[in-house]
Amino acid sequence: MILIDNLTRQYGAATVVDRVSMQIERNSITVIVGTSGSGKSTLLRMINRLVEPTSGRVLIDGADTAREPAHLLRRRIGYAIQGNGLFPHRTVAENIATVPRLLGWEPARVQARVQQLLAVFQLDPAEFSGKFPHQLSGGQQQRVGVARALAAEPAVLLMDEPFGALDPIIRAKAQEDLLDIQRRFATTIVLVTHDMDEAFRLGNRVAVMSRGRLLQYDRPTILLMRPADPFVSQLTGLADRALRLLSLTSAGEAAEPGSSTGPAISASVSLRDALSELLWRNADSGQIIDADGAPRGQLTVAAILARARPA
Amino acid sequence: MIGTMLRLTALALLVTFLLTPQSFAPLFQPLTQYGAAPIYDQGSLLMLSLSQLGTVCCAVAASSSIAVTLGILVTRRGGEQFLPLSRTLVNIGQTLPPVAVLAIAVPLVGFGLRPTLIALFLYGLLPIFENTISGLRNCPPAVIEAARGMGMSANQSLFAVELPLAMPLILEGIRLSLVISVGTAAIGSTVGAKGLGEVIIAGLLSNNTAFILQGGLLTGLMAILMYDAMLALERRLLRNARID
Repeated sequence: MILIDNLTRQYGAATVVDRVSMQIERNSITVIVGTSGSGKSTLLRMINRLVEPTSGRVLIDGADTAREPAHLLRRRIGYAIQGNGLFPHRTVAENIATVPRLLGWEPARVQARVQQLLAVFQLDPAEFSGKFPHQLSGGQQQRVGVARALAAEPAVLLMDEPFGALDPIIRAKAQEDLLDIQRRFATTIVLVTHDMDEAFRLGNRVAVMSRGRLLQYDRPTILLMRPADPFVSQLTGLADRALRLLSLTSAGEAAEPGSSTGPAISASVSLRDALSELLWRNADSGQIIDADGAPRGQLTVAAILARARPA
Repeated sequence: MIGTMLRLTALALLVTFLLTPQSFAPLFQPLTQYGAAPIYDQGSLLMLSLSQLGTVCCAVAASSSIAVTLGILVTRRGGEQFLPLSRTLVNIGQTLPPVAVLAIAVPLVGFGLRPTLIALFLYGLLPIFENTISGLRNCPPAVIEAARGMGMSANQSLFAVELPLAMPLILEGIRLSLVISVGTAAIGSTVGAKGLGEVIIAGLLSNNTAFILQGGLLTGLMAILMYDAMLALERRLLRNARID
């Protein structure tokens, strides 16, 4: 668990982060969103002390991060950035091995970890270990960047706009991968983005920042239904908030007992996609099926619409 | 391809000339007057060349270590305030003509090798210093940020990331210094340093165009081949370290 306590950063007269307090649960994805200049990156960089706070504290699992040398702290915290920052003179395997080597792991253990991570990120170790970053596509570079950040099995992973440089299709894939990785390694992830769709897709909780202040920090549904500030509702989008709300629930969660003669709908798709499918097929209801194709109940258009309103 | 052929020819020419200078005597004969010797005979051309090469390598090794260290220091946090001062000092080294440095140095350290080393050392600082600074400053910010974010200390980041990335430019600076110094070193003979300048001076004193040409040609060939050798070494060292 990360406890951010009254954290402030000033540059001269400008207050970039202003008395922010928040608690980040273990094994969750927290997304910090805001416009550029909102202080979201500075807040993130104060967690691993790439930026030193002017005042306030950060506690990770109860321990004050200011108590240990900054570079040692950073070896325990994964860090991935936009444009990935891979070392151009080192191979993919050497890049991933950076932090384990700094920590003095046995070569055999480093090697095994690199192989494991390459496999997890769908990069064939035989093919990619010896390649240099410039020989990879943008999406591959980004995956290596995240693999490198995860190499030393950190409990916390900080990501600063990690998908900002990717095109939409690769970005969607990278987001899916990140959700898988988070489930697999049970990492606590804090991610900064200016992309609201990304925040809603990834975040268990979303923190909205503006001009250095934390305006609201809550689950995405609460942000939509009870925005604490006009800026929050402006950022989350007024025009399509009903549809956004639908996108936060899966068809499986909303399924009702019974069966339908309508089109088959996968339990994993969002209600937004399910509604779109039913409208397209001109059906009143659909049959929900799980990943194995087994029936999991039915879903009516009326039931979906009922969920598109604030409770 | 043609370039490689030319270089190999130049190398063969240089080696043959140094090992068997007399075989070129008929070529230089027309340049002499009154039956003077066509090939320098007051010392071994091979020894003179090697001694000039040694002088240059010593001086450039010293320039490199000082200039690279200085370049690193002024690009560190806290060292930036020394950049204008360092730059001024290094620039003086380049602005003062080596001949002037020799003239100043002789009364201080005497005749021989030492004033030449001082002149070449000062003359070689600037290209290495400036290239070290550019190399270190041009490291991609995201890469440096990543190095810090991974938990590298300032020294680890310098030696594992920044210097390797700056290496192409640093080596280029050293190559420039080497080539300039090979040519300049000939002047050292005016104050008694062993080198091919001796041959040129002997030619000037005795009005022997053949000597002047030999000294000049050998110095030029050495500079060209040195340039190529450094280039090949750089390519070898940096085969993989590509920055995109």
